[in-house]
Amino acid sequence: MSQEIILAGFGGQGVMSMGQLLAYAGLVEGKQVSWIPSYGPEMRGGTANCSVTISDEEVSSPIIAEPDTLIVLNRPSLEKFEQDVKPGGRLLINSSLIDIEPQRQDLQVLKLPVNELAQEKLGNTRVSNMIILGAFIELTRSVTLESVLGALKKVLPEYRHNLIPLNRRALETGMKVAKTEILHLRSCG
Amino acid sequence: MRPVFHRPEALTAIKTHYCPGCTHGIIHRLIAEVIDELGVREETIGVSPVGCSVLAYSYFNLDMQQAAHGRAPAVATGIKRVHPQKVVFTYQGDGDLAAIGTAEIVHAAARSEKITTIFVNNAIYGMTGGQMAPTTLLRQKSMTSPKGREAAPQGYPIRVSEMLATLDGAAYIARVSVHNPQEVSKAKKAIKTAFEYQMAGIGFALVEVLSTCPTNWGCTPTESLKWLVENMLPVYPLGVKKMQREVSI
Amino acid sequence: MAKVLMKGNEALAEAAIRAGCRYFFGYPITPQNEIPEYLAKRLPEVGGVFVQAESEIAAINMVYGAAGAGARVMTSSSGPGISLKQEGITYIAGAELPCVIVNIQRGGPGLGGIQPAQSDYFQAVKGGGHGDYKLLVLAPATVQEMVDLMGKAFDLADEYRNPVMILGDGILGQMMEPVELTEQNHTQRTEKPWATTGAKGRSPNVITSLFLDPVELEKHNLHLQTKYDRMSQETLWENYKTKDAELVLVGYGTSARIAKAAVDQAREQGIKAGLFRPISLFPFPKNALQEACKQANHVLTVEMSMGQLVEDVRYNLEFKVPVHLYGRVGGMVPTTRSVLEEVKRWVNSGEGGGNL
Repeated sequence: MSQEIILAGFGGQGVMSMGQLLAYAGLVEGKQVSWIPSYGPEMRGGTANCSVTISDEEVSSPIIAEPDTLIVLNRPSLEKFEQDVKPGGRLLINSSLIDIEPQRQDLQVLKLPVNELAQEKLGNTRVSNMIILGAFIELTRSVTLESVLGALKKVLPEYRHNLIPLNRRALETGMKVAKTEILHLRSCG
Repeated sequence: MRPVFHRPEALTAIKTHYCPGCTHGIIHRLIAEVIDELGVREETIGVSPVGCSVLAYSYFNLDMQQAAHGRAPAVATGIKRVHPQKVVFTYQGDGDLAAIGTAEIVHAAARSEKITTIFVNNAIYGMTGGQMAPTTLLRQKSMTSPKGREAAPQGYPIRVSEMLATLDGAAYIARVSVHNPQEVSKAKKAIKTAFEYQMAGIGFALVEVLSTCPTNWGCTPTESLKWLVENMLPVYPLGVKKMQREVSI
Repeated sequence: MAKVLMKGNEALAEAAIRAGCRYFFGYPITPQNEIPEYLAKRLPEVGGVFVQAESEIAAINMVYGAAGAGARVMTSSSGPGISLKQEGITYIAGAELPCVIVNIQRGGPGLGGIQPAQSDYFQAVKGGGHGDYKLLVLAPATVQEMVDLMGKAFDLADEYRNPVMILGDGILGQMMEPVELTEQNHTQRTEKPWATTGAKGRSPNVITSLFLDPVELEKHNLHLQTKYDRMSQETLWENYKTKDAELVLVGYGTSARIAKAAVDQAREQGIKAGLFRPISLFPFPKNALQEACKQANHVLTVEMSMGQLVEDVRYNLEFKVPVHLYGRVGGMVPTTRSVLEEVKRWVNSGEGGGNL
């Protein structure tokens, strides 16, 4: 089993850290993982993306040309990567910031207004990215919630561990929304 | 009977390749005497440059490293950071230090590396056969300024000591000459001070020594001493340019 | 020890410290900045020295000084910076000083770009500066291998009194992978009686690459050549499904990983493909390459350059097998699919053949 994910958005939306967290969660589960960032001359505000592979076997090529899942937090990222997604793959869209429809008909699409959800349910838009990550783990089961929380403990410095409960709630919010949406998709499909 | 004059221990018995009348030999000896007097011959590592003194490592009875052109201050930085308790000095000419190695000397001084630099300024490239140096005087003829150096387009001579003295990291900067016994004696004192500054851990120290090059200046040794006094001293005034008890790093 | 997730650049820097390196001299350049940044923080913690030099040239000459003084020392950079360092590198090779130089390659020529490339291969394996000399060149393909080769690099440098280059690329430097940082005991096993430490109770040591007498300089060059010949025992490589391979892919570093994925996909389609991955680029694992290509009708190099490794592969296979090139440049990275297409193209071409 191997899951290849591209995560993309504006710099500052937490795309890189979300990818790292995912990779670390895979590592916590004893899987083979890799994380590659895009890197460019822009330091802040530009588009950022990273590629994460979580696999049961050795990751031969860490370069992802055709992701199984694409997670996009802004419109330019959707436009840039949509065509690359594997046929029948998954697409997670931050509909708070993306007001266009995807072109592809073969993808399993999940739209989440994560900015609003973060504001309404958690009163903090800074954990928007964690909501979409929660939706991703519910959809793919690539890693468990516990592994992500375990990874958080490792990547956050000790004095930031007070943020873990908030992040947990954000992840759970995403999981719940995804579950409802999946049921909805099934009943429609 | 007690000998009153002998070869310093810090010099080898090898006969130098320097031209007759060249003052490199005097300067070598002064450094060696200072090292002997300070009792640090076995604690000292020297860095020789590219230029006439490229073979200095054969003449000093010390551990030596030969550096690429202009890079002696960087090489000395590497040595000193590994052996902070040892004495490290560079011996550099004007082309080496003030042209191709300008960045290295400026930044070694800016970092206040605890090294000592002996900068030999004879206003010409010696080893390569008398080309214009960064310290060549205006109107001075050389192989690459055959009509005499002109400010346009060849630029003005660089006063290294004054320039480096403006840096906060420079602890001791002096310009001396070796054209007569009194000045030789003063030069030795300055060189000793520069080594003492290093040993006290105060900071970067440099002594610029005005030197002769009879061969490439096209004159006799005696004439060259006179030429130095008449032409170099007005442009390169002698004296201590900076003497700071402490540098704040 | 448990695995941790680390960036290649940072893992490599940590591995250097664990290999006993206490001195780093460098200058900022993308995509290797995490190395100096990490060491600026870590070296003082272990009693080491970090100096950000005024230039790449100064940095490599500081390495020269520190290496001559007997220390385990390193520097790192990327293409444009490595070009600037060539002066110092040839002096270090000429004076026979041990040190490690890391090149996290980016696209060239000139200022080029900052995305990954492998176009500094010739510069790394053929000398790079003036004069006849060679570096030992090691090319890791994973973050773990970056760590594992670091200790080896310092040991080889000391053993041969020669600069060793770790040749990575922007992807390896920037990517994160799980890595196990083994506790290494590399506290400088090699004695360095030649180092300049102050001539206490012995005759002076001189570090130089100057030999004005042609007889002496030729003798010195012959001595260096003997050393480079002796290095041939240090070859490192990886074979992947080459035993029955009719087409052998050859690549190093990141390209080799992409090629490996292509091998698996080709095998799924019934194509007998394999991968030969040189880990030491100098010395080049000639015998191993020949062995790996025994059954091959075609050899295809995959590289992020216009064709540099391909020349060494042709030469080392003694032109007995057709060797083709698939190269992407400028920061463009080959995809598994495009490599697979090249594989199919040559397999279906009906040409090829030859025997080793």
